[in-house]
Amino acid sequence: MSDELIWRIAGGSGDGIASTSQNFAKALMRSGLHVFTHRHYPSRIRGGHTYVEVRASADPVKSRGDGYNFLLALGDSFARNPQEDAYYGNEEVKPLSENLDELREGGVIVYDSGLLDPSEIPDFEERVEENDWHVYDMDLRSLAREQGREVMRNTAGVGVTCAITGIPLEAIEELMRDAMPEKILEPNLEIMQTAYDLVNEEYDVDAPDVSVPTGDHDEEQVLMSGSDAIAYGAIDEGCRFIAGYPMTPWTEVFTIMSQNLPELGGISEQVEDEIAAAALAIGASHMGVKAMSGSSGGGFALMGEPLGLAEMTETPLVLIEAMRAGPSTGMPTKPEQADLEHVLYTSQGDSQRVVLAPGTVAEAYDASRRAFQLAYEYQIPTMIIYDQKLSGELTNVPASHFDREPNADIGMTLTEEELAEQPHTGDGKFHRFQHDGEDGVSPRSVPGQKGGRFLATGNEHNPAGHISEDPDNRVAQMDRRQRKLDAIRTDLDDDGLLVEHGPSDADYGILTFGSQQGTVEEAVDRLNENGTSVKALTVGELAPYPEEAVRAFLDSVEETLVVEMNASAQFRGLTQKELGTHGEQLSSLLKYNGNPFEPREIVEGFTTNVVEDGELPGNETKFVPAAGD
Amino acid sequence: MSAFSAIGEEREIDRNEYTPDIEPQPTWCPGCGDFGVLKSLKGALPEVGRTPEETLLVTGIGCSGKLNSYLDSYGFHTIHGRSLPVARAAKLANPDVEVIAAGGDGDGYGIGGNHFMHTARENHDMTYIVFNNEIFGLTKGQTSPTSPKGHKSKTQPHGSAKTPIRPLSLSLTSGASFVARTAAVNPNQAQRILKEAMEHDGFAHVDFLTQCPTWNKDAKQYVPYTDINESDDYDFDPTNRADAQELMRETEDKLYEGEVLTGVYYRDDERPSYQQEKQNIGEMPDEPLAERYFDDDYEWERSYDSFIDKHK
Repeated sequence: MSDELIWRIAGGSGDGIASTSQNFAKALMRSGLHVFTHRHYPSRIRGGHTYVEVRASADPVKSRGDGYNFLLALGDSFARNPQEDAYYGNEEVKPLSENLDELREGGVIVYDSGLLDPSEIPDFEERVEENDWHVYDMDLRSLAREQGREVMRNTAGVGVTCAITGIPLEAIEELMRDAMPEKILEPNLEIMQTAYDLVNEEYDVDAPDVSVPTGDHDEEQVLMSGSDAIAYGAIDEGCRFIAGYPMTPWTEVFTIMSQNLPELGGISEQVEDEIAAAALAIGASHMGVKAMSGSSGGGFALMGEPLGLAEMTETPLVLIEAMRAGPSTGMPTKPEQADLEHVLYTSQGDSQRVVLAPGTVAEAYDASRRAFQLAYEYQIPTMIIYDQKLSGELTNVPASHFDREPNADIGMTLTEEELAEQPHTGDGKFHRFQHDGEDGVSPRSVPGQKGGRFLATGNEHNPAGHISEDPDNRVAQMDRRQRKLDAIRTDLDDDGLLVEHGPSDADYGILTFGSQQGTVEEAVDRLNENGTSVKALTVGELAPYPEEAVRAFLDSVEETLVVEMNASAQFRGLTQKELGTHGEQLSSLLKYNGNPFEPREIVEGFTTNVVEDGELPGNETKFVPAAGD
Repeated sequence: MSAFSAIGEEREIDRNEYTPDIEPQPTWCPGCGDFGVLKSLKGALPEVGRTPEETLLVTGIGCSGKLNSYLDSYGFHTIHGRSLPVARAAKLANPDVEVIAAGGDGDGYGIGGNHFMHTARENHDMTYIVFNNEIFGLTKGQTSPTSPKGHKSKTQPHGSAKTPIRPLSLSLTSGASFVARTAAVNPNQAQRILKEAMEHDGFAHVDFLTQCPTWNKDAKQYVPYTDINESDDYDFDPTNRADAQELMRETEDKLYEGEVLTGVYYRDDERPSYQQEKQNIGEMPDEPLAERYFDDDYEWERSYDSFIDKHK
């Protein structure tokens, strides 16, 4: 019996896969387990093969895990329209056929025999026998149709799951009562109970084939995604203005903020394009309001222009970049970490910005709060770069992590009283861009304040704000703006944005950033259990780059493998650029097929390439040797 | 007490208050129409009762963008074509501030055309002045969206094959609730129209014909202008949308040939501004959002109290 359940619910988009899995995950979390979800979906509204995995274990889980051990093949992947016999696509058996490769030995298959016919899948019976899979064929469609509506077959599937794994129905019922209106609650409850009973009547499930472990939390947990966490971090920092244009997966943060801001007295604006979106955030921030915008790769490309404006006018600005696979529109619903260079270097001139890269849901909340603090304290654009994986994955986090004081401080902004006393008003005018402060920050005023009149311009300007091409002024202004980054680097040193994992005296290292943190850490644990001495460093601060800390890490090991989800080893390139050394020590493990790493791929990649100097077994991942090889 | 005591201050305002103390001499060419915009704006602001410190002038790039170097208010000189989105958000963040956006015809009708259409559609409460000289001036004389068909320039050596954009019609169709055209050579009318535009509660678009003595000498910027609001020949009612549309069509056809009509073409004082619409549906705070950040007593909500339960 396995010590963890990895439940994969598969079907077509629009089959309720996401909501069902979310409820299921929450029920498992409430029962005391640690959970982690992984979502795979196509770029279409209805139909198309989609699945969600819910991993549950008594011990903390940090990734999707390797493969899975319970398949609920819920419906076909057809899209239907209301006309009888009108179908789109040709995906009759995908929920079953597409998911068998990663199902573990001894795993369970439940399929909806009302919709799926395994005789259409080559060698199905042989594979079942070979892998010792336990198959349950249930006519979930008919069952749902008889007692309610066909679409409720997802509830029937959950009932079957509970019967097979030994999960008490009460846990799920409670959630359904919270989430469903009375009218559809009753039939759903009946359908779940009937399905549950049916399994017990037709199969011998006294000793479950796959069971659910039992666990207990030390403290109350909440189920949250990276997008939830970023939105809540922003709200807690007093962000009350958001402007955006929908684009997957950024839309998640935009939606959460838009749904909640009006109740909090804030403003959300969906606008004509991403240039406008970032420009609106700048306009609101200029007025003294905490504001944000963001997008994903293609939309963020349009923001390069206003980003530079924020830098030059020193207007605080927080931008979110939710990466997905590119180039261009790429793979809209698939994760990748290939916008790193795009975010670091977009916009013309010697531009300055801060880039944070949270690795976990909890860190996403912290990074969001920190982004606002830095942007407003230093009057500089601050970006959070994360990806489709972290944006949508749900995991449990102690509720206490979010139990913190709000902070709406807008940084170095003067009050009218302070403006009246400012030494910046030598000639009777407020000198907004005065060269003072070691950290390069000049206090600002906002429109409507007495005594604070100034011009903000994207042209180079003198301390008073007037356009200037004077060479001495240019150098002084540029130097001052650059100085901010040194101050921020020092400021961030204590923030714990570098997370080390594994034995400190390890022989080898793995370096990664962002959403691969948890997967890498699981791999590191396994490698150490297997006798390989390795530790990991996840870098959560990409600009300014924490070169000293990374250098110390690299110096402490013989060789380091850089793990990232892109084809051109961008993070490794950044590290080498910033450090100017270690090229002969850094090899890369890359994955860019649209799926995030599984821990076993990192274990394999590390073992074969770094330890044994061999070749990778599969073509899912790619190994790039160190420059000195 | 408000954190912004400059707002709503009632006192006599001298137009010279808008002149920067340390004068950056305007770098516009002698005879440039932009001087006319500056002059009429300096005249209109005191008439509306707006002090420099409660005024935010947001500009784009080009000769027109230099306006806020010479008009001493709060200013934001943005980037090519982006004055409107910056101005919109500024107004939403603090509706008590007088927000004026300004830019050229390339800036406003070309690169910023999308923003123009949407700002008009949403009817944001602001004034938008477009310096229309039918040319790109600061980049040295290229054909602009308002240049007449056949206009020759270094970038269109065989003459433009494009018919010019119709700013007034575009504005009206998009949803602007105040559409006017004036000209730099008519300072009295320009000042009157700018005043009306600023007092209008909604998006007020002023197409401001300005002459470019350096790059567009051929443009008929000095022709006599007829004021449709004052001419007995027209007996024109600007609240009549159909009439406005008809007259716009006429003048936009004839602009490059004969009589040029100016004045307030259209005004709809009934249509609520975007801010009002947003307030009506509960998506806009009653008090200026910007005020809250200066209020030490304001109790900020936090996500833990508001949302955590649904994640448990």
